[in-house]
Amino acid sequence: MARGRFKRDRQGRFRLGLEGPEQQLLAMLPGQALELLESEDPSTARVFPVAYTDDARAEADYQEMMGAQLLQQHQLSLTTLAATAAAATIEESEIHQWLDAVEVLRLVLGTQLDVSEGGLEIDDADPRIDQFTVYHYLSMLQEEIVQALADGLPDGGDE
Amino acid sequence: MAGSGPGPAAAPVEVDEPTGNEELRPDRPWLVIVWNDPINLMSYVTYVFQKLFGYSKEKASRLMLDVHHKGRAVVSSGPRERAELDVFRLHEHGLWATMEQSS
Repeated sequence: MARGRFKRDRQGRFRLGLEGPEQQLLAMLPGQALELLESEDPSTARVFPVAYTDDARAEADYQEMMGAQLLQQHQLSLTTLAATAAAATIEESEIHQWLDAVEVLRLVLGTQLDVSEGGLEIDDADPRIDQFTVYHYLSMLQEEIVQALADGLPDGGDE
Repeated sequence: MAGSGPGPAAAPVEVDEPTGNEELRPDRPWLVIVWNDPINLMSYVTYVFQKLFGYSKEKASRLMLDVHHKGRAVVSSGPRERAELDVFRLHEHGLWATMEQSS
């Protein structure tokens, strides 16, 4: 955090402070997620939440109407993340796409790891240790993006 | 809801008492509900509420804590079309949101 991975500059862009291995990871992960999304892998279910729990027809209509748009948005965000992972600065619109892409990656990884409310503790011998490490890295990254963006939010009144 | 990595998750401050169901009005019967989930981070959920609904940090934090502790919270309400749009915007942000008509 002290190094500052996301720093807003005077032009409203964000200067990135990522190490080489982080850039490589963030350039690589979106491709894997895109493949899973395109093949409708079960691990992507969380990316498409249910809107109507007690009305199957309304739910089908909702997914019909919104599903493609949701997919397209996430695909665009993932593509942007991969393309700008090694950039020195990104635009404000791009950092929102980063946040979206990191969210999708966390949802998919969290589903694969079967993260539950009690959190997730695994030891070094667990074969999922690499996924686990990436999941925690993405959580930290998301916190930092949120922090960078929240600084620019107007503190809206309570209605 | 998950805290994040090492260090404290965005520490919400000044949590007001729940103010009850002032949002339930017979002429605005659709409720948008966000459900607790184990993946989304508390700071992220708070940020999304602020960004989408223009809520103050305090109100957004209070709603987030309601979701976290009570399992669900009503985050907006209104006519069906608006509720559906809100649900979609929450889904765009990966949150577990549903809508239902208030009885």
